[in-house]
Amino acid sequence: MANETPLWEVFIRPRNGLSHKHVGSLHAADEVLALNAARDVYTRRSEGTSIWVVRSSQIVASDPDQSEENFEPTGDKIYRHPTFYDIPEEVGHM
Amino acid sequence: MALFDAVLELADDHLVLGHRLSEWCGHAPMLEEDLAMPNMALDLIGSARVLYDHAGKLEGSGRDEDALAYLRGERDYRNCLLVERENGDFAVTMLRQFYFAAFMEPYWQSALGSSDPVIAGVAGKAVKEMAYHIRHAGEWVVRLGDGTEQSAERMRDAVLDLHPYTAELFEEGAAEGVDALPSRAAVRPVWDATVSAVFAQAGLEVPKDAFPQTGGRSGIHGEALGHMLAEMQVLHREHPGAVW
Repeated sequence: MANETPLWEVFIRPRNGLSHKHVGSLHAADEVLALNAARDVYTRRSEGTSIWVVRSSQIVASDPDQSEENFEPTGDKIYRHPTFYDIPEEVGHM
Repeated sequence: MALFDAVLELADDHLVLGHRLSEWCGHAPMLEEDLAMPNMALDLIGSARVLYDHAGKLEGSGRDEDALAYLRGERDYRNCLLVERENGDFAVTMLRQFYFAAFMEPYWQSALGSSDPVIAGVAGKAVKEMAYHIRHAGEWVVRLGDGTEQSAERMRDAVLDLHPYTAELFEEGAAEGVDALPSRAAVRPVWDATVSAVFAQAGLEVPKDAFPQTGGRSGIHGEALGHMLAEMQVLHREHPGAVW
């Protein structure tokens, strides 16, 4: 079964102007059926205006064993966060 | 009452096929289809509800959608025979869905300009739903027909099983001479083209209409419909007006 219907990752764009967001995965034989299945499984409650599907095997992921060296060095670099600026009132919400 | 009878035929087609599809819920070959088939069932039942409500008002004797759906016997049902056929295997179900949607999509296209605003309203929603049903079921017809030896054999068997029931789709039935509804016979060329295109991709042959089966529009049904209605209607008949 897994050979005939490989795993696909599904990305949905909820509205124009927003980005596609990962919503889950599904099994399908090919890209056309994967799109149909994504429509049927993940957009039943008007969640989307656009669908992307990607073969899960095509995704290259970072190694959890490297998460310390990848992500911890940024922990003490608070000056990278834009929190030292005073935002003028008239700019409003950013 | 020609319009009442004609709307009832349409409503019965949609409810019966919707109920048939819903029988797959929890039993589909894969989770994705277990959601897809009830999705399609709900499209059909949604149209059926509006059509029954409309028919009840046209009749004007106080029957609502529940009375029409749950309190008529088999001989009063006016659906075509195709939609009452049992689900069989997944190939049969997908082919039945494809045949029906390939008919309804152009039918609703013609009904968009109907003089009856309810019919035009249903058409506006249903053309999109039927376009998707054609795509979903059609993709499966292609993949099973042009798939493995076993899937191709099952799809060929499904064609032999169901094709005799397709000619009845084009009978005018109670809609004969009703201006508010499109001609069914006029849909035939579009249906032929849709079926031929998908069958060509699927490596299937379109059989000749050698022994067309008919009778649904006059209430002469196959054995399967009575069993289906018994199950569908038992709750309402046992507990009239039950809601949840």
